[in-house]
Amino acid sequence: MTVDYVLRRLGMFVLIIFVAGTLNFAIPRLRPTNPVEERMNQLLQQAGGVHIANVKEMIASYEERFGLNNPLWRQYLNYWIALAKLDFGQSIAYFPADVTREVMRSMPWTLGLVGVTTVMAAVIGSFFGAWLGWTRTPIAVSFVVPLLLIVTAVPFYLLGLLMLWVFTVFWPILPGGGAHDPLLAPAFDLTTFIDIIQHAILPGAAIILSSVGFWGLGMRGMMVTTMGDDFIKLAEFKGLKERRIFLRYAVRNALLPQVTGLAINIGFVVSGSVLVEVLFAYPGIGNLLYTAITSNDYFLIQGVLMYVIFAVGLMLFIVDLIYPLIDPRIRYRSA
Amino acid sequence: MTTATAVHSPLVVKDLKVYYHTRRGPVKAVDGVSFELHRGERLGLVGESGSGKSTIALALMMAHKEPARIEGGSIVLNGSNVLDDNSEQVRLRRLSEIAMVPQGALNSLNPVMRIRDQVIDGLKDHNVSMSDGEFANRVAELLDSVGLHRDVASRFPHELSGGMKQRVSIAIAISMNPSVIVADEPTSALDVVVQKQVVQTLRDVQERIGAAAIMIGHDMGLMAQFASRIGIMYGGKIVEIGPVSNIFKNPKHPYTRLLISSLPDTRSKRRLEGIPGLPPSLLRPPPGCIFHTRCPDAMDICSQEIPPTREIDALRYAACHLYGDDDGKVVDL
Repeated sequence: MTVDYVLRRLGMFVLIIFVAGTLNFAIPRLRPTNPVEERMNQLLQQAGGVHIANVKEMIASYEERFGLNNPLWRQYLNYWIALAKLDFGQSIAYFPADVTREVMRSMPWTLGLVGVTTVMAAVIGSFFGAWLGWTRTPIAVSFVVPLLLIVTAVPFYLLGLLMLWVFTVFWPILPGGGAHDPLLAPAFDLTTFIDIIQHAILPGAAIILSSVGFWGLGMRGMMVTTMGDDFIKLAEFKGLKERRIFLRYAVRNALLPQVTGLAINIGFVVSGSVLVEVLFAYPGIGNLLYTAITSNDYFLIQGVLMYVIFAVGLMLFIVDLIYPLIDPRIRYRSA
Repeated sequence: MTTATAVHSPLVVKDLKVYYHTRRGPVKAVDGVSFELHRGERLGLVGESGSGKSTIALALMMAHKEPARIEGGSIVLNGSNVLDDNSEQVRLRRLSEIAMVPQGALNSLNPVMRIRDQVIDGLKDHNVSMSDGEFANRVAELLDSVGLHRDVASRFPHELSGGMKQRVSIAIAISMNPSVIVADEPTSALDVVVQKQVVQTLRDVQERIGAAAIMIGHDMGLMAQFASRIGIMYGGKIVEIGPVSNIFKNPKHPYTRLLISSLPDTRSKRRLEGIPGLPPSLLRPPPGCIFHTRCPDAMDICSQEIPPTREIDALRYAACHLYGDDDGKVVDL
């Protein structure tokens, strides 16, 4: 029964990758511009209008190099063959850098910054939400609700800009961008660690502030619903200790949808947080993706998105596997 | 009905008043209810919705919530007034002295906990210390006593039927041998066959542990099956109380009479009669007898004076102006 369930979910995972991978192939090619031509024109402009006679031939040879002159079906086939080998080709913008290498260079920064802050926001938000939804919480605490709403409603790039000004210009105690001090030789020591943390504070705070409200309000809503359930009433009639009713009866049940939400969000971590990373010049995947999109870099875009798709699909697969453990009503039986 | 019986009776409720405070004034959901439960006795409280019967159940458990407040009276449980308790004392009394079998709705058990753990956690929070093996034995014993297989202990609520879940609720209620069991419409949402079984189970375990029980409901048939004494509630008051067969055969209060004649009878093909009119507003109850607006026997005095409760027969009490001093003396329940 369980093997059957895992196989089914695995099939779903493969299907997600296939569909998303196909879209990923198709969408950049729907753009009317020719990326190689665009890049060449860009380079020519940078060179100061120098006239090069055989631009057309150069473009043609690059297109051949990237396989863009092949018919679409051939490109599509090659795309999947390369994917199977985890070969995403070379970046057009950073030619001849490998897409995989570029992604791997940005990945640790994004995992560190966005991964940690996503989990933190979920934990902090759920904690506040649970507390707000608990009927025995003093009324005075409910002022937190509008606060959460406001923080969530303010676009976080605005918040980020404000924080940048406050902490780097008005009261310069934090670095304004980057992931580490460029003059510092990276090493596994305390100085490097502190430097990295200092650089992560502002972008991290922006991410947490922008998402903590969603977690908090979602959790509060679930708590309110759960508190009205009959099993909470019976728990009170049983004379259970408040702590047990809160944790084992209310929070335990209200948390279930949050777990799914967290898993999906963790999947999206590998896409980085584009706006925050660009705003704080953080060298993560979000920044890389931004550069790739602005420079029409098909292969880089596809590489990054493929990692995202893979990560989200994998996390959903993992959630499907662990969900029956946290909610016994879901069984390892297929639906 | 004073201190002497209070010591012997597990539950003595005197002049209990529970009001819901609304913006338009207090709603007198329970307005001066008195009754006494003897050891091993089964009392049924019946009445239409809004008559205050569920509010009494909540108040007995001290689980009433704002805007409901207990405005007066006393609830003496095993010799001491619950209204004087602090919240921790109230908590400790639940399950160990007074236990609740909730409405038979389908989700009164925590969906993510095994049955075993939901029986044990109540014991643990009342400082029962046993080894894991002893806890397991106790759970098996309790499940046995409500007619469930011991394997049910390791199941989750969604794996049980409605009747099984209600049996689990009963097992939880008797897990600490309380002296009073309160069952608030324990069979609602169950089908008729299961209803009878659940009521029978409740009766069996109540007799076994010697607890007094109070069942709340509106199904007169189930009441007759379960209760030894029955109290009829109307508009927040008990209008008549007495032994169940006696009440069915010879109702004294006009409301009781109408209630009984509204029951279907398989032996005669008479037309079913309802009770004309609507339940009274408890926000602004009518003056005098609260039933006089719907009463077929209403007299002038009924709209002016609240009828006193009289002992009309042995153990039969009714509050109605139809009865005078010749019929029974006024008592203070």
